[in-house]
Amino acid sequence: MSAIEPPVQRLWWKQPLDRAELLWIVIALVWCLILFFMMPYWHLYGKQNLANEAYRESPDEYAKKTEAMVAKYKVREEGGDLKVPVVHPPAGGDAYLIARLWSWYPILELEAGKTYRLHLMSMDYLHGFSLQPENINIEVLPGYDHVITVTPTHPGAYGIVCNEYCGIGHSTMTNKLYVVK
Amino acid sequence: MAVNRMFRTCPTTGLVFHQPAEQLIKANAVAGVVFLLIGGILAIGVVLTRWPAVHLLPADRFYQVLTAHGLDMLIFWVIFFEIAVLYFCSSTLLKARLATPRMAWAAFGLMVLGALMNNYSVTRGDSSVMMTSYAPMGAHWTFYLGLILFAVGALVACFVFFGTLVVAKGERTYIGSVPLVTFGAITAAIIAVFTIASGAIILIPTLLWSVGLISHIDPLMYRTIWWAFGHSSQQINVAAHISVWYAIAAIVFGAKPLSERVSRSAFLLYILFLQLASAHHLLADPGLSSNWKIFNTSYAMYLAVLASMVHGLTVPGAIEVAQREKGYNQGLFEWLRKAPWGNPVFSGMFISLIGFGFLGGISGVMMGTEQLNLITHNTLYVPGHFHATVVIGTTLAFMALTYFLIPVLFRREIMFPAMAKWQPYVFGLGMAGVALFLMAAGTLGVPRRDWDITFAGNTFPYEFPGSAFLMLGLAGISGLIAIVGGAMYLLNTVGSVFLGRKIATPGFRHVRATEGVASAQKPVAQPSTVAAAITGHGGRIGAWGLVAPGTFSLAMVFLVSFVLYYFINWKYLATVWPLR
Ligand code: HEM
Ligand SMILES: [Cu+2]
Ligand SMILES: [Cu+2]
Repeated sequence: MSAIEPPVQRLWWKQPLDRAELLWIVIALVWCLILFFMMPYWHLYGKQNLANEAYRESPDEYAKKTEAMVAKYKVREEGGDLKVPVVHPPAGGDAYLIARLWSWYPILELEAGKTYRLHLMSMDYLHGFSLQPENINIEVLPGYDHVITVTPTHPGAYGIVCNEYCGIGHSTMTNKLYVVK
Repeated sequence: MAVNRMFRTCPTTGLVFHQPAEQLIKANAVAGVVFLLIGGILAIGVVLTRWPAVHLLPADRFYQVLTAHGLDMLIFWVIFFEIAVLYFCSSTLLKARLATPRMAWAAFGLMVLGALMNNYSVTRGDSSVMMTSYAPMGAHWTFYLGLILFAVGALVACFVFFGTLVVAKGERTYIGSVPLVTFGAITAAIIAVFTIASGAIILIPTLLWSVGLISHIDPLMYRTIWWAFGHSSQQINVAAHISVWYAIAAIVFGAKPLSERVSRSAFLLYILFLQLASAHHLLADPGLSSNWKIFNTSYAMYLAVLASMVHGLTVPGAIEVAQREKGYNQGLFEWLRKAPWGNPVFSGMFISLIGFGFLGGISGVMMGTEQLNLITHNTLYVPGHFHATVVIGTTLAFMALTYFLIPVLFRREIMFPAMAKWQPYVFGLGMAGVALFLMAAGTLGVPRRDWDITFAGNTFPYEFPGSAFLMLGLAGISGLIAIVGGAMYLLNTVGSVFLGRKIATPGFRHVRATEGVASAQKPVAQPSTVAAAITGHGGRIGAWGLVAPGTFSLAMVFLVSFVLYYFINWKYLATVWPLR
């Protein structure tokens, strides 16, 4: 009978399948398997995979490492009175980025085609690392130093936007990232 | 025992209502609609602020309004209505008395109290933490306590539902197995119990933390458990609105499932493969391994996707068969062309089905893929996706059901039938625009939950392309259309329920059901007719050896769109910076 009445055939689990249903189940199952295999496939052959590398870290320690990098590799300052350091870490090396209410620190300058270990960590709430216009989006947590091995492709001035809601100043949390030849 | 034995039979539909159940269904549905009204008013503020050319509210007000919009819509409107659906699917469809109506009222009271307390905390202004309330960002303690009270109430209501099933079985009010729609409701309720347990595990420590009794909440643990609650509650919505689809197909067309076995197994998949579907909310998080992410998104999710794809075929398939048997057997789509498009119960349900599948389903799978998540995480793509699932899917299905319940349950005529006829189209199309344009803005990188994407006044602003602003403008216009559609629904339901013309019920009486079978049972069908009903329609209907060739071709269109869109996004991903 209809779906709002008890099934006529009491042993409903023995009821034969309709042909359209059977066909569709097979097709859908194959498609779901493809959906599954695409992920390990991309780990093997794709170039965009999120790192499994992360460490528990205290905000103080992380800030210290960042300051050490800034002291060593600062090339200039930007942002007028704010004097935000622009840092050019060595290719292949560690680049630290601090997320905090409500700014990113410092400004990184990377070389196109070179690979960096980009560290992301928050000092307080959750933040979102959103690199524009590349549109790479990564969650930034306090207490977890997330290391992403990244290779910038094209030179230019990129924007970093916070895309995890972090309170009233959320929209003000933007920064630059430079990629140079 | 006379008090608990009051039934009435609806003269129009033959449905049997237990009086206490009837009142509880009404109360929960009305409470849900009240929160839909509040959430809908807040939607005006949300949508007009995110439209950069209008930019209505100041920042603090926007975040406060957005927090309340998410909670009032996704939690309070949807769950109140779901409790009404659970009582309907147990007591009414099984013709059984509702177990422990007093407990059910207590549950209702707790839910109302919790919802009010939570709303109060948001109005204070110190709890604009969004519905996700990610620790360590903290809200006032009433925020968490309100949610906990509401959840406890909902849990009690689920147990009233289970109790009613036991009563029905014990008093033998039905023969054989429960109807498919009730089966779907059981799935929803089982998932609800799991969901609410996860909610308690995370919200109770957070409440203690908010008053200073616990010093630290790990943000990653919070996100993992919060999403075990947040995601599985979406699974409740899916199970519930698919049950509503089946119910409407049965009510409008007398449609029966193509096969009970397939539809029921698909519901079972939702329960079996639910566990850690929260993983797809954590794909861009540090500290979780890829193996964990892949396992939990695919094992837990793709089999649920399979289940939804199956329902997506069997619901319209059942309608097609019913229509073809009525004689609309020409070509591929006569059954669909001749469907009652002017009946909002049907049109609402069908738009819900198409929108949920094409917009919500495809985008959800794309975003839930480990690597593809990188290009969508926390952008406006996410709200775009879930306005297709939970608004076009769940909300519109519930709206469609309301048009059936007003005459049957409330015994009132629909006050403005012409408006009812147009409402699913206005709301559905407006919302489809919201979903699509938010997704488009998200693809261009625009963040969600962001007050001002011009970043005016920032030291280092970023300038989004003009196309992003265009998409936000279009989303704004579509949002206003959807809000008009929502207002049409609210005006009509509230008007009809309180002021609509009463439907006379000739010979109306309360039937006093004796112990045992509640009402006259129809005799069980004879085996021979049963066999004919199942194995087919003897090649009388359909084409290509299929009983539902039209639905099958629609399913193929769906599949092709799905495959294309999925791989286009891989292609897009391949162009961004290599990372590992
Ligand atoms: C009536 C028309 C509606 C419109 C125009 C609308 C519009 C929007 C927009 C534009 C956002 C995104 C804001 C942002 O992230 O910055 C949003 C968020 C949201 N909406 Fe709606 N919405 C409507 C109805 C609904 C309904 C019926 C539901 C649920 C059943 C719902 C659930 C949500 C949720 C859960 C959020 C996310 C809140 C958050 O980020 O915490 N909306 N809405
Ligand atoms: Cu931030
Ligand atoms: Cu932020």
